[in-house]
Amino acid sequence: MNSADIQKPRVGLFVTCLVDAMRPNIGFACLKLLEEAGCEVEVPQAQTCCGQPAFNSGDDATTRAIAKQIIENFEPYDYVVVPSGSCASMIRTHYRDVFTDQPDWIERQAALSAKTWEVVSFLSDVMQYQPDGIHYEGVVTYHDSCSGLRDLGVHDQPRNMLAGVEGLRMTPLKDNDACCGFGGTFCVKYPDISDAIVSAKTQNIVATGADTLLAGDLGCLMNMAGKLSRDGHKVKTYHTIEVLAGMANDGGICGDGE
Amino acid sequence: MIQTSDRFRDHVARALTDNDLKIALTRTTGLLQSRRRQVIDEYGEYAEARRRATAIKDHTLRHLDHYLEMFEANATANGAIVHWAKTPAEARRIVSDICTAAGAKTATRVKSMLGEEIGIGDALTDAGVERIETDLAEHIIQLAGDPPSHIVMPAMHKTHEQVASLFDDKHTIAPDSHDIPDLVGSARRELRQRFLSADVGISGANFLIAETGAIVTVTNEGNSELTCTPPKVHIVTAGIEKIVPGMAHASVFLRLLSRAAIGAEITQYTTFYNGPKRPGDADGPEAYHIVLVDNHRTEMLGSDLQPMLRCIRCGACMNHCPVYAAVGGHAYGAVYPGPMGSVLTPALSSLEAAKDLPNACTLNGRCKEVCPVNIPLPDMLRNLRARQWDAKLASPLTKVALAGWGFMARRPKLYHLVTGLGVHGLRVWAFGRNRIRRMPFAGGWVKHRDLPRPEKGSFMQQYNASEHGIRSRR
Repeated sequence: MNSADIQKPRVGLFVTCLVDAMRPNIGFACLKLLEEAGCEVEVPQAQTCCGQPAFNSGDDATTRAIAKQIIENFEPYDYVVVPSGSCASMIRTHYRDVFTDQPDWIERQAALSAKTWEVVSFLSDVMQYQPDGIHYEGVVTYHDSCSGLRDLGVHDQPRNMLAGVEGLRMTPLKDNDACCGFGGTFCVKYPDISDAIVSAKTQNIVATGADTLLAGDLGCLMNMAGKLSRDGHKVKTYHTIEVLAGMANDGGICGDGE
Repeated sequence: MIQTSDRFRDHVARALTDNDLKIALTRTTGLLQSRRRQVIDEYGEYAEARRRATAIKDHTLRHLDHYLEMFEANATANGAIVHWAKTPAEARRIVSDICTAAGAKTATRVKSMLGEEIGIGDALTDAGVERIETDLAEHIIQLAGDPPSHIVMPAMHKTHEQVASLFDDKHTIAPDSHDIPDLVGSARRELRQRFLSADVGISGANFLIAETGAIVTVTNEGNSELTCTPPKVHIVTAGIEKIVPGMAHASVFLRLLSRAAIGAEITQYTTFYNGPKRPGDADGPEAYHIVLVDNHRTEMLGSDLQPMLRCIRCGACMNHCPVYAAVGGHAYGAVYPGPMGSVLTPALSSLEAAKDLPNACTLNGRCKEVCPVNIPLPDMLRNLRARQWDAKLASPLTKVALAGWGFMARRPKLYHLVTGLGVHGLRVWAFGRNRIRRMPFAGGWVKHRDLPRPEKGSFMQQYNASEHGIRSRR
C-alpha cells in the first residue's frame, strides 16, 4: 500500500491574527509539521481573526459576523487547526455562545467547533504524530496557557512531544498553570495589573534557570517575552511548535535575532 | 460599607504601590493554593462530591420556595422566630428592633458575609449597640477600621507585623510579644470577658437545613459557639440561597467547604443550632431569631446569573485569581471581592456602579476550575460584559477601537493589506532594533513590556509568495 491509497485528512490552517502579523514562523512551523504528519494543508485566504477581541468585550453581534465568516471558509475541511489554545477554544467552545438564538447557523457552528483543534494536541491526539530527528540544545521550561489547558486539556501532549527532542532538557516551572497576565484586551485595558501578574510569572521563569521558555499561545508568549526583555533577562522564548519543527533558531520572540 | 467599585482604577493604583499589601498577599495566597491542592488530591471522591453539591444546589434553587417554607415551619416548631427581609434596610431594621426590644447595650458578632452585605455592623453602632467582632480577623479589622478584604480571611491585607503594632496600640494590655501565638493570646484576653457579658449574639449561617430547621456555622476559633450560646438573644442573618434540603445534603457541603476554603479536611467547629434554650437545658439563648434575606437573589433566579446562587462562600476563586493576588480585596470596593464578587457586585448593585469589575479579569478560568460547586465564573463575567455592551456602557475608546477592527476583520482582503502595511510600519518604527520600547497608541503594552519587531512580511504575504502558496492557488 502506498501513501496515495490513504485518504489524507484535509486541514484548514487558521494562523491567527497575532501569528499573521507578528510571528509568521509559527504558521510555517505548523505547515511543516502538519504535512509531515500526513495532512493535506491549505491556508484559506478569507481568514482574519477568530473574534475574541469582540467576544471578550461583550460585542456579540461583531463576534457572530466574524464567526460566520470563519464557519463559511473553513467548513469544507476535515479539521481546522490553530496554533493557539485560546483561539482554538474560541472556535471550539465559545462560538456556540453567540449562536444560541440562530437556528440557521447552530448546526454549522457545532460541526465546525467539533473539528477545530489546537495544533500540538491535534498532532498528538488525532494524528498520533511524533517528530523525528529534531534537535534543540537547551534547558526548557513550559508555561501552560490557560485556555488550552482548561478548555482543551492541552497538558501532556506538548510535554510528551518535547521529550522526544534531542538535546532538550525540561525543567518544571513553579505555578505553571497560573495566568501570565495577558488576557487579550485585558493587558492594555489594565496594564498595571497585567504587569504585576506577568512580573510574578517572569520571576518564576527566571528562577528555573532555564534558557528557553515555551508555551502554546503567541499572546502569552509576547507578554512574557516582552517582560523578560524589558527586565534584561536573556531567556529565549518560542512557541512549542517552532521547537518541534526544528524552526527555533532566530533567538526567539523579543530575542537578539540570528 | 459604602460601595466604591466605581473607583476601582484608583484603588488599584494605590494597591499596586502598597508594599505591605504585596507581602501579605504573597504570604497567604500561595500557601492557600498548595494546601487546597494537597487535600483535594487526597480526597478521592472530590469530583463526585463536587458534582453532587452542584446538583443539590441546582435542585434546591429550582424549588427554593418549597424548601424555604419547609425551613420556616421546622425552625418555628423548634422555637425560632423567622423574619423575612427583602432589602438590606429591612434586615437592618429587624435586627436593630430586636436589639432595642431586648434592651441590648452590647452585641457580639461572628463573621458573616451576609451581615457585611446588609451593613449590620454600622446599623448596630447607629442603634447605640456596641458591636464586638469576635472572629480574630474581624477583631483586627474592627480595631483598624478597615472593611474585610476577603470573604473567609477578612484581614488578609494585613501582615502579622502590622497586626502586632495594632494590638500594641489598641489592646487594653499589650501583647506579651510579637510572636503570632502571643498575638492570638492577646486577642483572646481582650475578647473573653466581652463574650460572656454580651446581651445579643449575632451570627450568619453557612447552611440552613430545611428538614430540621437547623442552621449550621463552620468556624475555626470557637467564637461562634461563644457568641451564640451565652447571650440571652441569638440573631441569625442568612441569605435565602443558603438552604439545603437535609442533613445528608449538608454533609456533602461540609466535606467540600473547608477543603476549598483553607485546605483543611474539616474546620475545628461545626455547630448545628436547633433553637432557643429549652426547659432543662444548661445554656442557650432565651430568644432565637432567624432573618432570611433576599437582596436581589430572587431576581437572579431564572437568569443567567442563577449559578451564582450555588456559591458557598469558600473564597477559593479569589485565592486562585491572579488579579486578586495582585491588587487585594479592597480594590474591588465592594463587600465581595475577587471573581465571585465581580459577578455578585453588579447583581447586588448595578452594572453602572461596577463597570470595571467584570472587565478586570483575564478569563483564565482558574476560578471555575477550583470552585467546589462549578460556577462558570469566567462565562458569567463575559456575559456581564455583553450586558454592558448592550447597555452601551463600554468605554468610548473600546467602542471606536472595536468598530474599526471589526470593520476590517470582516473584509479579509482589506485586512491583509492593512496588516501588511502595519507590519512594514512596525519594522520601520523599530529602526533596525529587534525590540520596540516606545510606540504611540500602544502605551498599555510598551509601558511595561517590549514589543518584538515583526518578521519581514505578514504570514499571508510570505505564504502567498511561497511555493506552497503559489501551488495551492493553481
